[in-house]
Amino acid sequence: MNRHLSFFNWSSILLGFAFLYVPILLLVIFSFNESRLVTVWAGFSTKWYGSLMQNQGILDAAWVTLKVGLVSSTVATMLGTMAGVAMSRYGAFRGRTLFNGMIYAPLVMPEVITGLSLLLMFVALSVDRGAGTITLAHITFSMCYVAVVVQSRLSNFDRSIEEAAMDLGCPPTKTFFQITLPVIFPAVAAGWLLSFTLSLDDLVIASFTSGPGATTLPMKIYSQVRLGVTPEINAVSTILVGLVAVGVIIASLVNKRHLARQGKLV
Amino acid sequence: MLRRTLSSRDLAIIAPYLWLLLFFLAPFLIVLKISVAEIRIAMPPYTALLQFADGAFEGIHASIENYLLLIEDSLYWKSYLSSLKIAAISTVLTLLLGYPIAYAMARAPATWRLTLLMLVILPFWTSFLIRVYAWIAILKNEGFINHFLLWIGVIERPLVMLHTDFAVYVGIVYSYLPFMILPLYANLEKMDPSLREAAADLGCRPMKVFWTITLPLSRAAIIAGCFLVFIPAVGEFVIPDLLGGSSNLMIGKTLWAEFFNNRDWPLASAAAVILLLILVPPIMLFQRYQSRQTWRVG
Repeated sequence: MNRHLSFFNWSSILLGFAFLYVPILLLVIFSFNESRLVTVWAGFSTKWYGSLMQNQGILDAAWVTLKVGLVSSTVATMLGTMAGVAMSRYGAFRGRTLFNGMIYAPLVMPEVITGLSLLLMFVALSVDRGAGTITLAHITFSMCYVAVVVQSRLSNFDRSIEEAAMDLGCPPTKTFFQITLPVIFPAVAAGWLLSFTLSLDDLVIASFTSGPGATTLPMKIYSQVRLGVTPEINAVSTILVGLVAVGVIIASLVNKRHLARQGKLV
Repeated sequence: MLRRTLSSRDLAIIAPYLWLLLFFLAPFLIVLKISVAEIRIAMPPYTALLQFADGAFEGIHASIENYLLLIEDSLYWKSYLSSLKIAAISTVLTLLLGYPIAYAMARAPATWRLTLLMLVILPFWTSFLIRVYAWIAILKNEGFINHFLLWIGVIERPLVMLHTDFAVYVGIVYSYLPFMILPLYANLEKMDPSLREAAADLGCRPMKVFWTITLPLSRAAIIAGCFLVFIPAVGEFVIPDLLGGSSNLMIGKTLWAEFFNNRDWPLASAAAVILLLILVPPIMLFQRYQSRQTWRVG
């Protein structure tokens, strides 16, 4: 079959990807700008990264964000994997419809609603708000993403190897850890990474659920962006984008190797 | 059949179930409760639903005043309408832009497809806030577009683009484009090429093949993609706040202002309840499609 792309297809891809990438590229380039203006090039400089290292507010916020991200993504991955397994393996258990609804709804729920409702609950229970409440909020929406990723991996999973293990007398829990988990591991890892980046990225829900003293990096960036565009924000953004890009690329390489190894085994 | 082991199987259901009941469903009930309360100057800044006097239950205190205010005050229903309008227009724009990209990706040589897919997913992983922020420098009066247009001499004075609805459309289309491309690509890539070939062999013109074969077969993915863009776009806050003008009324922004600036928690709760009611039909439809159609995030 003819697999050559037409002129129209070529230009769709080129223009589409230019649209997706040029804004980020400009942001990265101008984080190395000598001048304070972020749209006029005045020469190469890394001074904004230097001044970032002196900005205690940003460093503190980065630390809070990292802690919240690591804890929330880890808990969310555990809960989300359980939910994904429950959805794809346990058939029609009681309350299944509500369960499915509670997994899919947070994916499309406006953040202002999720944030507001969680805050009102924390206030009603008089919980002290801060990094802890942000973490609880992040676990809640991240676990739904993990559940969906894990469930979609399990839906095209060869169940006969699980059944073989159980027929040979392996208890269900051991089967899960010995057979199922290693096979779906890339999806679980992708779920963890997704949760981590969602947490790293969240502004709205963190703003609602945070209390005095806990400022995350997005909250810090947001409050500075409202005052104007500065090369310092470009520098923080570049570091964040770089970290995520490296993480995603490593994850996909690991995934590829994992798939290749499995291919050899079968 | 299987021996009933209470431990692992039940835990896998109960743990996430309880978590979501506590942190997803219960908070909504509290929003509902507070939406019928009245504002008061205290902490928490609303009246209690159940009134107690000297330890004895006195009665239920609920008022629909907040809802009446939302209907009477044109600020609110204008916010809802303009959110729906902006979300709908952006969804159509995202589809018009995303479809050709997904189509071209699905037709690209197999060796390229994974890389292209990866390139679509990558921005989805990078910070939403940062991607919106990047557009400020592009759209503002001394921004890249105006610099370029002034330099080539098309315009004499800068075009005002930032803080307009145009900027909001650009921001939504840009931020949500991957959500549109992914389901479309998953569908178009799986589509059996022999159908198109058969039509072409029988003398069908390429454009007609597209309209009569490809497009109808991708209907489910178009619907999924549109929901994935439309639903979150209605309640969007960051984009209208950073890129839109002060006259831009989107409900996410109005709700945020009501909560953080006016500190009227009951009214903000009522506004959230209405927003949720507006979004329930599309969310239900989306879930029905979602359970029929599976597409992968990454």
